[in-house]
Amino acid sequence: MAKTPKPDELSKIDYAPPQSAWMDTPAELKEGNWCYGAKPKNLETLHFPNPREWRVQDEDWKLPENWQEIILKGMKDLLDKYRSFRVFMDICVRCGACADKCHFFIGSGDPKNMPVLRAELLRSVYRGNFTKAGKILGKLAGARELTYSVLKEWWYYFFQCTECRRCSVFCPYGIDTAEITMMGRELLNLLGLNTDWISGPAANCYMKGNHLGLEPHTIVGNLEYMLDDIETVTGIKITPTFNRKGAEILFVTPSGDLFADPGTYTCMGYLMLFHELGLDYTWSTYASEGGNFGFFTSNELAKRLNSKIYAEAKRLGVKWILGGECGHMWRVLNQYMDTWNGPADFLQVPKSPITGTVFENAKSTKMVHIAEFTADLIKNGKLKLDKSRNDNLKVTFHDSCNTSRGMGIFEEPRYIINNTCNHFYEMDELTTREKTFCCGSGSGLNAGENMEIRMRGGLPRANAVKDVVDKYGVNMVANICAIDRAVLTASLDYWVPGTGVTGVHELVANALIMKGEQPRTTNLRGMPLPGTEGQE
Amino acid sequence: MPTLEVDGKNFEVDEEGYLQDWTQWNENIAKRMAKDDGLDLSDSHWEVIRFLREYFEKYQIAPMIKILTKEIGKTMGPEKGNTKYLYELYPAGPAKQACRYAGLPKPTGCV
Repeated sequence: MAKTPKPDELSKIDYAPPQSAWMDTPAELKEGNWCYGAKPKNLETLHFPNPREWRVQDEDWKLPENWQEIILKGMKDLLDKYRSFRVFMDICVRCGACADKCHFFIGSGDPKNMPVLRAELLRSVYRGNFTKAGKILGKLAGARELTYSVLKEWWYYFFQCTECRRCSVFCPYGIDTAEITMMGRELLNLLGLNTDWISGPAANCYMKGNHLGLEPHTIVGNLEYMLDDIETVTGIKITPTFNRKGAEILFVTPSGDLFADPGTYTCMGYLMLFHELGLDYTWSTYASEGGNFGFFTSNELAKRLNSKIYAEAKRLGVKWILGGECGHMWRVLNQYMDTWNGPADFLQVPKSPITGTVFENAKSTKMVHIAEFTADLIKNGKLKLDKSRNDNLKVTFHDSCNTSRGMGIFEEPRYIINNTCNHFYEMDELTTREKTFCCGSGSGLNAGENMEIRMRGGLPRANAVKDVVDKYGVNMVANICAIDRAVLTASLDYWVPGTGVTGVHELVANALIMKGEQPRTTNLRGMPLPGTEGQE
Repeated sequence: MPTLEVDGKNFEVDEEGYLQDWTQWNENIAKRMAKDDGLDLSDSHWEVIRFLREYFEKYQIAPMIKILTKEIGKTMGPEKGNTKYLYELYPAGPAKQACRYAGLPKPTGCV
């Protein structure tokens, strides 16, 4: 595995483009900037083409002989199927408004990480094969042949885009570069060219319902350990239910919350909140993943992996679905699920049993984001909160790309934080809300072997965090996404050491005054509560 | 696929040296991996490895850190039930290094 350069080395970024024109500059696949190739066992599990042992650093990627034909046929199919794809291929005027908006370009200086040029990698092949001008004029019209080297370049750069869509906000035509990356990845997958960090979790999800491959008894076991910790902190014993038919609400969250710190504290937050409300809800060990690594692979696989959510809601006979803190999960649920796996006409328009609020915004999907649910509880005075319990924290909020640009959730998490913490500070407005910077490793790039590009991509966000650390002494970055919780932990440790990462519902749980609780002396992480330090 | 030779037998490992098939594991594999890292395995190291193997057999995944620290604390004394102790034993991280020695695959997903 490549050694990751130190921050002072990595922050010396060379923005000078190479001397040769981009088409004449083949991609150099540098270690530390790519993920290992998909393993045959995972592609076989998913019934994906060309399962075989292959190594990225090898010349020969063991492709079928007619690989060009497969790609061009695939491209034609996608152009026929998605009008958006054809439009995005045709209308770019290469104005460059997107160029410096990408976290990977800012952090690497590599011109092929400018969204316009990343798209051009695909567009050039489109022109050469699907437009008259390109066929006749070739390079003059910006067209090029699909060669082995072009294919490798696609692979390298389409797995250096996190599909965050920040560039799209600035595009005067509204070209969605994430969709271009998605099309690029879809084509690569026709040849078995996925990364293993994506195909592994996707295969787990297909076989066991979640990315980590947690078995039903493992899910229950993990939650039991969390419940033990909750009892130690609050004195309250919580007994949630699993796969319970007739529950009013099905709760679905990313499996990262069930396994990895600091997501586990967010998960404890859900458990405590639902208990305090006496919510009639159930966990599912079948629909045990809200996230969807299929979404980073192909439309068909994403749809396949997502189908279990409605299927389980129907099987259990719940009225509606509540979803946890996750990013890309919400892009899928909010923008795709209804047409992929719906209509969910067996469910009801979600209505909070505590406040009576009807979530009209979720009337087609029947699924509510927990930040909306909790903000509504607070607004209606249903929670007793002691903000001072979070007084050790100076909090800022990182908007997740998918919940902000994908569904416009800006106010709810901020409203919750302001009601659970006394010290909240916004990052620079050019880096928040719809202009938020990616954590740096979304869309399945959060592996271990591509740490250099992850840290490069994480630089713009970390830089904005550093600004509020220096100005206000911020020590905690809140977010509503499991990938954020995993990724920011690593990138902030690298760029802004000493800055913590938390889910919003961890903050809620720490502030939440529960009926019958013992006087709390520690927060969920076992750290002394402000004002109780040194007491036994 | 890369392999690791132990006692004249080749075992398939992934790019980062994790054993491909956890059932193929034996103690000499762990010793060999530790030796390559310049580490001598003490009884304390073996306690962790044995716990990881037993847990994996039951649950088909490595335990989350919370479980590992708690269980180690239960069997080896409360002063050892913390991540600091585990990092002293396994400087590259209990989740990675100890799991690798124990022949377990590394967890993937939003982690």
